[in-house]
Amino acid sequence: MKKALVILVLLGLFVLLTSSVLKMPSLGSIDNPSYNETSVYYIENAIEDTHAPNAIASIITDYRSFDTLGETTVLFTSIAAVLSVLRLNHNSKEKGDKNNG
Amino acid sequence: MDNLIVKTITRLIVPFIQIYGIFIILHGHISPGGGFSGGAVLGASMILYTLSYGLTAANKKLPHKVTGVFESGGIIWYVLLGLVGIFLGGSFLSNKEVGFFMGKAGDVISGGFIPLITAAIGLKVASTMITLFHTIIEED
Repeated sequence: MKKALVILVLLGLFVLLTSSVLKMPSLGSIDNPSYNETSVYYIENAIEDTHAPNAIASIITDYRSFDTLGETTVLFTSIAAVLSVLRLNHNSKEKGDKNNG
Repeated sequence: MDNLIVKTITRLIVPFIQIYGIFIILHGHISPGGGFSGGAVLGASMILYTLSYGLTAANKKLPHKVTGVFESGGIIWYVLLGLVGIFLGGSFLSNKEVGFFMGKAGDVISGGFIPLITAAIGLKVASTMITLFHTIIEED
């Protein structure tokens, strides 16, 4: 009974996912929903807005600089976590050596 | 690793790698590249130095205190640049609206605060790579 229920749910999920895959636009098609007015705006106005010929740089450090601030904070958090784990280990080992000696 | 060939090649090649990394960071708003890739190149040059000369020599060149200052200084510099926008009457991290020097498109000094932010990101990524590598190989 339980197994039949699981199979039924999985079959339903399979049909749902397969139908959504079939509905997806093909890769690189001009009708993709990701090619909307935002990218057109970036391409047309990036140089006047930021005076930077590299449109990627103008997007990640001007239009979406708050996102890049978060990205840098992720780096800071990761290095703080690594240091708090590894350095603590290092210091306690030294202290133990002093106590032994 | 005590190998004369590796040490000599490293001594010759590290300045060029670092100049290339600084070039990528400074031209982040003009040519492909930017803070993350340039910082990775800078960090890789220091990792090469550590691998060939050993941890003690590398720690003498770039102590943990210095990388720690870069580490937190990068973020503080970034947030301060954002706060400048607020003080000049715009929103947080606004560039052209509050009158950063825009210059001519294509020059190295242009684009408002984009080169400043790219430099901060580059220093931060480089110091993160170096600190991570030094801390991990310190354990052995």
